[in-house]
Order: sequence, then C-alpha cells, then structure tokens
Amino acid sequence: MTTTDDFILSMKDISKSFPGVDALEGVNFSLKRGEIHGLVGENGAGKSTLIKVLTGVEHPDIGTIELDGKLIQVRSPQHSQEIGISTVYQEVNLCTNISVAENIMLGYEPHRFGSIDWKKLNALAKNALKRLDIDIDVTQPLGNYPVATQQMVAIARSLEITSAKILILDEPTSSLDVNEANQLFDRMRKLKSEGIGIIFITHFLDQVYQVSDRITVLRNGKLVGTYDTASLPRVELIAKMLGRSITDLDEVSKAKFTGEQKEGKKCLLEAKGLGRAGSIDPFDMQLFANEVVGVAGLLGSGRTEIANLLFGVDTPDTGTLTLNEQKVDHFSPLESLENGIALCPEDRKAEGIVGDLTIRENIILALQARYGYFKYLRTQEQYEIAEKYIQLLGISTPSPDQLVKNLSGGNQQKVILARWLATNPQVLILDEPTKGIDVGAKAEIQKLVLDLAEEGKSCIFISSELEEVLRTSHRVVVLRDRKKVAEYPGDVDDQTIIQTMAGTL
Amino acid sequence: MKNNKPALLKRIRESRLFWPLVALALILITDAIFAPGFFKIGILNGHLYGNLIDVFNNSAPLMLVAIGMTLVIATGGVDLSVGAVIAISAAMGAVLINPALGNKLITNDILTADTTNTPLWLIILADLGAGTLCGLWNGFLVSRGKIQPMVATLILMVAGRGIAQLITNGQIMTIYYTPYFYFGNGYILGIPVSIYIVAIVFLLAWFLVRKTSIGLFIESVGVNAKATYYSGISEKNVKLFVYTFCGFCAAIAGLILSSYVHSADGNNNGLNYELDAILAVVIGGTLMAGGRFSLFASVLGALIIWTFTITMYTFGVPANALLAGRAVLVLVVILLYSDYTRRFLNRFLERRGSRHGATN
Repeated sequence: MTTTDDFILSMKDISKSFPGVDALEGVNFSLKRGEIHGLVGENGAGKSTLIKVLTGVEHPDIGTIELDGKLIQVRSPQHSQEIGISTVYQEVNLCTNISVAENIMLGYEPHRFGSIDWKKLNALAKNALKRLDIDIDVTQPLGNYPVATQQMVAIARSLEITSAKILILDEPTSSLDVNEANQLFDRMRKLKSEGIGIIFITHFLDQVYQVSDRITVLRNGKLVGTYDTASLPRVELIAKMLGRSITDLDEVSKAKFTGEQKEGKKCLLEAKGLGRAGSIDPFDMQLFANEVVGVAGLLGSGRTEIANLLFGVDTPDTGTLTLNEQKVDHFSPLESLENGIALCPEDRKAEGIVGDLTIRENIILALQARYGYFKYLRTQEQYEIAEKYIQLLGISTPSPDQLVKNLSGGNQQKVILARWLATNPQVLILDEPTKGIDVGAKAEIQKLVLDLAEEGKSCIFISSELEEVLRTSHRVVVLRDRKKVAEYPGDVDDQTIIQTMAGTL
Repeated sequence: MKNNKPALLKRIRESRLFWPLVALALILITDAIFAPGFFKIGILNGHLYGNLIDVFNNSAPLMLVAIGMTLVIATGGVDLSVGAVIAISAAMGAVLINPALGNKLITNDILTADTTNTPLWLIILADLGAGTLCGLWNGFLVSRGKIQPMVATLILMVAGRGIAQLITNGQIMTIYYTPYFYFGNGYILGIPVSIYIVAIVFLLAWFLVRKTSIGLFIESVGVNAKATYYSGISEKNVKLFVYTFCGFCAAIAGLILSSYVHSADGNNNGLNYELDAILAVVIGGTLMAGGRFSLFASVLGALIIWTFTITMYTFGVPANALLAGRAVLVLVVILLYSDYTRRFLNRFLERRGSRHGATN
C-alpha cells in the first residue's frame, strides 16, 4: 500500500480563466508514485487545460504545483520535460519518414568526432524500447510499423530523453484496437511498477476501469472528486461526469407534457429510419408542437450527428424526414431554413459565430439568407431586429455594432440564438447551447427554451449535462454508440437514463 | 467640444481610408516639392491633359481589376488569372475586328482598312463574354472543385496566355478600327472615356455589395465560411459570383488596354496585372485572409500605384529601373500596414495628442 508521503505530484487550487470562460476553478489534483490515475470528464470539463498547466503550455492564474514535495513553476513545455514530466499526445507527432531510432533520439543524438554516432544512437534507441519489451529493427522508417508501435515509440522517446517521473498519456488508445490497447496497458503497468506516476486521459470508461488505480472527475472546470477505482461503481462515475447536483438553476420549471395532450398536437417533425452510415444508425423520432425533446448520450454517442442530419448539414442515406407533413427530399441548411428548422451548432467558434462581423450582421445573417440576394434588409430594419433581440435575450453589449468576437461565450451563444429566432423557426435544434458559459447564462438559455416551447415552437435540446436535459425536456431520447437506444417521458429519473447510457439496463 | 477633437482624430485614424490617403498625399507632396510641373493641367484639342490626367487614364484598367480582385480577396481567395484574362479579352476583340475574319482573300489593304465586318456591340459582347466565362471557370474550380484559389486560378494564369495566342494565331494583332479606340483614347466633355467606364463599373459593384445582401455574404464567407454555410447561405454560389465578376472586370480592362495600345498581344497585354491588382487591394487595407473590404480603398490603391509610377517617369527614372522603384513602394506599404508599425504609430500619435491636451 502507498502512503501519503508517496505523492509525486500535487496541484492545489489551480484556477485558470480565458476571456469569458473559467476553464479551471480551484482544482486539486494529486498523483502517487507508481500509480495509474484516470482523468475523466466530458468536453470542456477542463482536462486538457489541467494538462496544459502541468506541462507549461498555460500558466495558472492562481494555485501551486509541487513536484516531489518541492514547489515548482512550469515555465514551458520544454521545461516540463527537463523536470521529468513527459507527455504523449493523442496524435502521434513523430516523423514517419525517418528511422525509429532517429525518432527516439531526435535532438539528443550522441556525437562522435563532431558527427552523429549512429552505432551508439541505434543501441540507445534499442535499449529504450527494450524497457517497454519491444524488440524491433530500429533502423527501419517509423512509418513501416503500425500505429500501436508508433505509440510505443513515442512513449519510449518521452521516457528516454527525460528520465520521466510522470508520464501523461492523452487519449493514447483512440486509434488502437482492443489487442493493441491491451499491449499498451501491460506496458503502463510495467512502468508503474518502476515507480512512474501515469496520468491517463481517455473517454473510454472501460479502459479507465481496466487499468487505473484512482480516478479524478472534472466537470465544467471544477473538481468533482478523486475516487479509488475499486470503490466507484460505473453508474456513479457517469453520474458524476454528467452532473446531477442541483445548482442555482431552480427557477427553471416546466409544464409537463402529458400523453393526452400529445394526441391533439400537431406533429412538426418526423424522422423514419433516418440514418447515415458511419454517422448514426437509422432512428425514428417525432417532435410535436410546444414540446422540448432532450437528447442524452455520452461523448461520441451520436448527439451531434443527429442534429446535423435533421438540419441537413449531412445527407442521410436511409430513411425519410417529414416536416409539417411534407417530405424533405433535398438536404441543405438553406432548405432547412426555408422549412422552418434552425440549428445552433455545437462548435460555436467554428460553426456558429462570424467573429469579424458585428452583432447586427451576425443576427440578420440567417434571415437575410432566407430573403436571398436582392431583398436586402434596410440598415434601419437591421438595427431594429438587432436591438429587439439584444433586449429580448439580454445580450450585454454597448452597441449592435460591436464585433462578435469581442463578446463572452454566453453572449456569443445568445447572438447565434438570435440569428435563428429572427427567422421565426418552428423547430429549433440546440446542440450543447450551454457549453462553456457561466451558470447564470445557462439558466437564462434553459428558460428561453421552455418559453419558446410555450409559444408553440418545439426544440430538440442536446446536452452533455444530464441534469440540464431532464430539467428542460418533455421527452428524452437516449443514445449509445451511435444508436438511439431508448426514449423516456420527461419525468424519468436520472438513474434510469444513466443506466441506459451505460448499457447496464 | 474640445473633448470631441481627439475622438474625431481617432475615428479618422481608424478609418479604412486613412492610410491609403496618407500614402497618396505623401506621393503628391513629394511631387509638389520636387516636380512643380506635375499638377499642371492644360487643354489640348478640347480635352484635358497633364500628368494627373495620365494617372487617371493609365490606372483605369488596374482600378477595374482591383474592384473585382477586392471581392475575390474578401472571400479569402485570390485570382491570379486576371492578367491572362485581359489578354484573352483583348485577343477576342482584335480577332473579331480583323476584316479578314471569314474572308478567304487576304490582302494588306483589307488588314489595314479602317473597317470591320463585325458590329461594335458584338465585339464588346464577345470581349466581355470571354472574360466572364474565364471567371466562371475559375469560380467553378474553386467552389465546386474545391481547389485552392491560388492553384485553381494559376491554371488559367498559365493557360490563358496560350489561349490568347491561339485566338490571334500567335501574332501580335494590330487593330485598325477607329470606333474601338474610343474606349482607351476617347474623351467625353474633356475627360477620358476610361474614367467614365471605371465610374460605371464601380457604381455597379458598389450597388451589388451595399444595396443587395451579396456584400454581407462575401464578408461572412471570408471571415468564417463554415458558419456562413450553417446559416443557410450558399458559400459556393457566393464564391462562384466573385470569381465570375472578377473575370468580367478583367475583360473590361482588356477592352480598354487593347483599345489604348491599338493591338492585341497574347504575351504582354495585362502583364503582371494580377500582382498589381493584389497590391492595390492590399494597399487599400483589405486583408488577404478575407473579411471586411472597401471597394473605394482598393481603387485608391490602384491610383497610388500609378501616381507613384508616373511620378517616377516625371523624375526621369529609366523604365527598366521602374520595377525596383515599385519594390520600394511595396516594402513601405507592407511595413506601414504591419501591426507592429501601426501600434507604434498609434502610440506615438496618442502620446502627442495627450500632451497637447495637457497643455490646454
């Protein structure tokens, strides 16, 4: 058993904020000698920021880092390597066209009479790999070996050149098959027995359970807790990742949508066997007026894929989509816009905002797209529309002529919402509308969604936060592994959904 | 009122037109000091003449190309083929004017006769049509073929001059047809016709980008093409339009240029115009990455390039040293526009301003 003295790393009260978003808030993290420590959380939980702070890519606003009991400041990624923290990233960033040995020793080549001592270089590289029980011809180009081996080479390099005390593996298994992953885990256990502390970041929960000793869960930049793997049931882990704790969102309430009401309602959207190979398996879905349908599922379960398919960003290869009793046969965002569907995409920065344009221009963009080229809104009308939504959604800005890139995340999200509300859609698809924005703005957006439903629109609400989905939705669709696996009424308890998501129900 | 003054100065300094105007003023001040005759405008045979008129007349084709290029660059693209399109358009005109067209019997008398079998409107239509088709081709490669703009337009840049030579049968074709000379050499109310053409095209472009939604869509595509697509705008059609329009502009420039020099030369018509047009747009302050643009600033950019060129002629700089001189202009412009220099200048001006305020 390890004792408390065995902490090799302890990070205390780490906070880091970027403009408009608190990426980390008072996070504590500790790593024991000879431990494999799983770091989990949904997108935007703060995993990568925490790693960036540890490897010197980012500098914390407050908080301290102790390595081997000594207070340190990590100045740069290079500095972190010098003090014994090495990182292997998700994508192997080695050169496939040069030899394995060169890759391992790049920048640290042994010299003899002013030129590279190739014999020694190859021997050193061979040794480094031996430590991981790998015996390959190190003079072959790296590209000749499978990705799994390349991954090992990356690990060997990071161990060889730094005499690492801490090894950070960021999603190392995302491109490995089961056997290869198992090989990696064997090596990880071996390194662990040598006293190296390993931080293992992954979204495959199976693997966390397979290999890690302890698990730290982050959510929305905050520490949820650190747990012994053996004493944390899987269902509980998922619950912790998704967050069920009741926060200050209590003013959001919803009128429950009963079965009888549904009978008389108009079906606005109906998907029958709609699917796209490699994206999402065929699914059925109905959406009625005045209704919010939540979509729950873990990262990579097909949440965004459903949104893209319904909005026409992707074209389905099976099934039909009916809107207002009319079959959709041409899929494109413009077509959807004309049919009264709107999508607030998940990736706000890449797919949502047009940063260098003003708030006014961003808000009228979709409406203008609907009006076409020659029915250009007069400047006066543009300002009226922009002012109306700035007021309605409470976008905090001095003027509609402010550039959108200068707004905070929450306000940017509201601008995108305004862009779509201005087109007066019947169906609004919201993909992670509250991602990366503060609690107050979150509550406002949830409330807005319910208000919209009351006005007769209907919404599809996609979120990685289960609590939020349950709070706003009249029905909940659950996805797992790119499949729709269940549909529950809105008053379902969260345990049922979590177990459905985990596949244990 | 006093408080308004620095704010107004700041607004002027942050205006898009500020730096191009400063550059133009600097060149003109240099002229005023060292070449007093530069500003002299006389009247000869009922038209204006003088260095300033030369500047306008010479820069007309470049202004036209710069207008088209501005829209292309605003979408985050670039059109390298405009020079070649100018040559194609010029070649089309020359070949249709050629009275030997369709005639089996060719004599020198026919070739140098001031007549043509083709009506003028058809010649103009063929010129503009050829250029617009070239633009459409570029637009298809970029928007539908998803080829990088630089590579896509490079194809026509290389091939275009060959096409122009095919049209003129590999000859430098001299044009003998007085009505055609009107575009490059004519005058209306004493002012060169080419300036009227620029004004008309500028107004057309301005109307398209400011009075329809195309301008907004162009800027939106330039800033974030993906988000624009998600907003229901066909970024493909927007791109198709700007390249087509750019080809159209280059075709008009080809018409004026061939009319000006009375000939069509596949190798030399519009040579280096792509680079000058890009330079004009950059001087005008439109970012190569796309986004916000100003047509007027680009036209100013073209004017700056030619004012500078004519100034060099006035100073007696030999023609073969001209390119070296232009290189200096490019260097100065790029330095002026770098963030670093601007920050430095802004800080400098603000400090001066606040010191002024303190003494009040």
